[in-house]
Amino acid sequence: MLTKLPFKNLVNRPARSAALIIISAFLSFSVFGGAMVLSSLQIGLGSLRSRLGADIIAVPDKAARQNDLEAILIQGRPGYFYMDKENLDKISCIEGIEAVSAQYYLASLSAGCCSMPVQVIGFDPETDFSVKPWIQKSYKKQLNEGDVLAGANINAEAGENLRFYGETCKVAAKLDKTGTELDNAVYADSATVKMLMAAAKKKGVGVLEKNDPEKLISSVLIKVKDGYDVSKVSDEINIHLRGVTAVKTQNMISGIAQSLSGISEITNILMWAIRALALVIMAVAFSMMINERKREFAVLRVIGASRKRLAGIVLTESVIVGCMGGLTGVLAACVLIFPFGGLLEQKIGLPYLVPDVKTILLTAVSAVLAAMIAGPLTAAFSAVKIGRMDTGVILNSN
Amino acid sequence: MILKAEGISKRYFRNTNTANYFYAVKKTDLPLFRGELTAITGRSGSGKSTLLNMLGGLLSPTEGRVLYDGRDIYALPDKELSKLRNAFVGIVPQGQSALSALTVLENVMLPYYMYKKDGDIKDRAGELLERVGILSLANAYPNELSGGENRRLAIARALIHDPDIILADEPTGDLDDENTKTVLELLRAAADDKKAVLLVTHENDALSYADRVYRMNGGELTECEG
Ligand SMILES: Nc1ncnc2c1ncn2[C@@H]1O[C@H](COP(=O)(O)OP(=O)(O)OP(=O)(O)O)[C@@H](O)[C@H]1O
Ligand SMILES: [Mg+2]
Repeated sequence: MLTKLPFKNLVNRPARSAALIIISAFLSFSVFGGAMVLSSLQIGLGSLRSRLGADIIAVPDKAARQNDLEAILIQGRPGYFYMDKENLDKISCIEGIEAVSAQYYLASLSAGCCSMPVQVIGFDPETDFSVKPWIQKSYKKQLNEGDVLAGANINAEAGENLRFYGETCKVAAKLDKTGTELDNAVYADSATVKMLMAAAKKKGVGVLEKNDPEKLISSVLIKVKDGYDVSKVSDEINIHLRGVTAVKTQNMISGIAQSLSGISEITNILMWAIRALALVIMAVAFSMMINERKREFAVLRVIGASRKRLAGIVLTESVIVGCMGGLTGVLAACVLIFPFGGLLEQKIGLPYLVPDVKTILLTAVSAVLAAMIAGPLTAAFSAVKIGRMDTGVILNSN
Repeated sequence: MILKAEGISKRYFRNTNTANYFYAVKKTDLPLFRGELTAITGRSGSGKSTLLNMLGGLLSPTEGRVLYDGRDIYALPDKELSKLRNAFVGIVPQGQSALSALTVLENVMLPYYMYKKDGDIKDRAGELLERVGILSLANAYPNELSGGENRRLAIARALIHDPDIILADEPTGDLDDENTKTVLELLRAAADDKKAVLLVTHENDALSYADRVYRMNGGELTECEG
């Protein structure tokens, strides 16, 4: 019966218990929610970094000046630009370069699936080191001509057809979500993308008119050998190749990394403020609650409860409150954060990728634990105080 | 003699002004004997409750000792004093003293389960509730009870462990004549059953049940002869 007393005490005063539970829910909400948002952003950035995969990307001068590359890869604005294929060979001759691979960009005017234009990104299956590692997670087979792979946000399932410039392409697979704008693109190997470029030329797409698609590439992705300085290699390219600008991917990402660290900082400050506030309010609430119940505790002393017993009752109540609050907070955070993650991504304009289930569960457990520990921690002072008081004095003070 | 106060006093400070103090109970000796009902009367504020609380191990005296079977109870560690109080001392505090989260029956049984997990005390609890006339309220909660019913709950609770010593602070405070008689007879029966009973009361009728009567006046205790 004594072991049930803390429960009964909490049930006996539902409003007061609910208030305490809500306060500790704020705590676990901030621990779990904060960690989820921050790690989703971090993972998003990591995903973008590994998807770009290259140290340097070489593009035509004009595209570099207009930031077309960033528009396509990071802001998700469809576009295209081309340069001569021989630039690929020239770059591969520069010292310190480990691997090069060409990419081809084409913006569809209207695809069968989407009201908005879709970015088509072509890669060279033989040399590619950037797209393939990612693609292989969803699609291990060889791509046939006419096959495309759809980014996670493309509104078409595997097996369905998409039409670009009058050509029909089969969606061979849907790619894993990256949380970046790359999810809005369609991927194809060089054979397919060249066929699409030829079709686009027939439809009269400006830049392609005077050129043979076979001789064009859009960009060169470059991996620098270990031990070579990425900046130096990129300078070399800029000096030796006319009409080509080498862009360090680090620079492209640094803007994102910067706003990410800004957001992280604000989120952190906010979350710690909520946590500190919740702890203080909890301590005050427990102390008030115990003061209000002084007489009840005195009666327990009268019938023979030791100081330790009283402290035990107070601490058990606080653990129950912490546990229930912890679960409530995590649940509330799940309900708020997961469905609205996409909205959040749009609003802050940063790559956002939810962590895997194991990480989520672990974070949830630690958030509940944090609230569970915070309960007795904030009640400890009151528990000690309740033990110290003079029973006779309380009994007489009515 | 089972419980004995040796030269105990209690000093209180008025407000926070440390220079301004007074004695709620002046240096007092008080023995309680097995088989005897001892009564204390006195005006309100004379220090009766203060003395009773000191005897019950609930309020440490400013000076003096309280001996239970020759042991100074305030020299015991808290846990031992608590266990002693639980097992051997039944206290009826002045005023409302039920736990609001528990039913009447649970309130009465709680002292029994404080240091014991097994055993069943339900029958005895029911019996005691019957004796004090609130068995029909066994499953009610204390806030549904009248003042007098709450007093009777506290009396049943104090008796649940069949304690050696019973300290009752105005147990008949809110009771009508008939219930007052029931309670006093209950305490008298306990004394006849070799318990030491201390009764603090305003009521002169109660004194006829007592073996000894003391009067408290401004913190000073004097035994009334006859
Ligand atoms: N904690 C305290 N601090 C200061 N003074 C106190 C304290 N407790 C009691 N007193 C004072 O000590 C005196 C004795 O109080 P006590 O409660 O023992 O009286 P009582 O005889 O039981 O009165 P009643 O019949 O009204 O219950 C009173 O004057 C009271 O105001
Ligand atoms: Mg009193």
